[in-house]
Amino acid sequence: MAFEDQRTTVYKVDPEHPESESLPTLRTEELLLNMGPQHPSTHGVLKVILELEGERLVKSTPVLGFLHRGVEKLAEDGTYHQFIPHTDRLDYVCAMYNNFAYCRAVEKLMNLQVPDRAEYLRTIVAEVQRIIGHQFWLGTQALDIGAMTVFFYCFRDREILLDWFDELCGARLTTSWYRIGGVERDFTPSLLDKLKKFLDYFPPKIDEYIVFLETNRIWVARTKGVAVISAEDAVSFGLSGPTLRGSGVDYDLRKYEPYSAYPKCEFSVPVGKNGDTYDRYWIRVMELYESVKIIRQCLEQMQEGPIMADVPSVTLPPKERVFTNLESMIQQFKLFSQGFNAPPGEIYCGTEAHKGELGFHIVSTGGGKPYRLKIRAPSFIHMGAFDYMSRGYMIADAITLFGTYDIVMGECDR
Amino acid sequence: MHQLAQRVQDTFPVGFVSSTEWRGDVSVTVTREKIHEVAQFLHDDPGMDFDYIIHVSSVDWPDDEDRFEVVWEFYSIRKRQRIRLKTRVPESDCIVDSLTDIWKGADFMEREVYDMMGIRFRNHPDLRRILMPDDYTEGYPLRKDFPLRGKGWRDTFDFLDEVPR
Repeated sequence: MAFEDQRTTVYKVDPEHPESESLPTLRTEELLLNMGPQHPSTHGVLKVILELEGERLVKSTPVLGFLHRGVEKLAEDGTYHQFIPHTDRLDYVCAMYNNFAYCRAVEKLMNLQVPDRAEYLRTIVAEVQRIIGHQFWLGTQALDIGAMTVFFYCFRDREILLDWFDELCGARLTTSWYRIGGVERDFTPSLLDKLKKFLDYFPPKIDEYIVFLETNRIWVARTKGVAVISAEDAVSFGLSGPTLRGSGVDYDLRKYEPYSAYPKCEFSVPVGKNGDTYDRYWIRVMELYESVKIIRQCLEQMQEGPIMADVPSVTLPPKERVFTNLESMIQQFKLFSQGFNAPPGEIYCGTEAHKGELGFHIVSTGGGKPYRLKIRAPSFIHMGAFDYMSRGYMIADAITLFGTYDIVMGECDR
Repeated sequence: MHQLAQRVQDTFPVGFVSSTEWRGDVSVTVTREKIHEVAQFLHDDPGMDFDYIIHVSSVDWPDDEDRFEVVWEFYSIRKRQRIRLKTRVPESDCIVDSLTDIWKGADFMEREVYDMMGIRFRNHPDLRRILMPDDYTEGYPLRKDFPLRGKGWRDTFDFLDEVPR
């Protein structure tokens, strides 16, 4: 494997050389370099202490926690409904997925059945969020490595979807659109129109991104064969999402444990071969096409129906009724001030977010608040493999590594 | 009893404590002394084949005799099954075997448990705080006796008396 060859080579003066006495001796020492916490390509506040031998990385120690806000502690102090806006702030570029993963976990705890239409709406929005996430990743990764044009193209198209979110729920980033047992509101005809237009507009744009990157020799040279990890190691480190699939493991919860409307859609999961940055890039771009496919199918299959499970003791009443109907107002008030009564028990529920497996482990002892809520954040677990994957590469490849995991520090530090 | 839990019980009649199955999640509790052996068995046995570590978590039960609970979640990518492994740790001897030699990913996850709950891991290669600062001395934030607003130097702030009019 190329990985072994790239391990440190120490440059020393040849002692066998006839004039070795008169040659100047090279002073060698290890250099410690602090990268971050204010570095523009660490995507937030992340510090990595790099031990260098020349320009080769000998060891890198991530220093996390600059964005630690104690979200898990906060969860213990609020009701289940109140925690939804907190999840937005985990992975703040892809809030919908966090809402989705959290609501699914609570629904598993409460054994709730979500109505069909709500499942389709959830899947569509989740896939739109996946497109946004991958566009954001592609743009910033290319920018970090030195291909600037793609950044503008990706962000131009991402803007369309963020405006679409704005129309859907009134926020572009911190959305809080998912609710326990359903979703907050239905699509309007205008939203449907815009989404359909986007689906026609978008696939040619993906081709454009690909042309920009794959004809860029610098970009290809800086991604191919960089940050290689074998399938066995990737599994042992608990990597997930495109980072794991790049190494040839087809672990995708949408296929392994189908949920929501995914079992009713036909789509494929792209899997890489070499486990390098280029393969992970390729997977993410291919997933853009797959997401478009999933959204198209969902739009075709979706039927009229309720968008919220009808379990008054757990789910919120429709917003229109809250302002006109006394009982609904009481229901809303009680749910938000006291919460619903969760059964004692313990669950884990993982969801395939675009970064990897985002899971929630909830321990309940009854009552309206979780006793303990643990977030399995893919960014955090990916950082665990950083040292192992960076060894032997050049210092400039550290930038590629930050990008290849698609880390967001809000999620990593929680 | 679920067949996975049954197999753990059959293989480790001494270390096995209890098992539950709720909402489709199988969970097995074993004694602290056996945790490494059981984990090795879960990883190596072809019928188990739990090659993927999902997360390591911890729960604080202040009223119980063994105060802390460490929770591991494993997944088998080939067999597509999952299991939850739990053990109890007393406050007086707050240490449990590290599983970093079986799953490499356990490194950061165990460091987080140490940082947040104060449970130490035997044979861990680099057991330091990970999210809180290295010199943080105010305790372990996710313990139930740690106040939500934090503690330490903030408590020593002098508050100004109401300004006389």
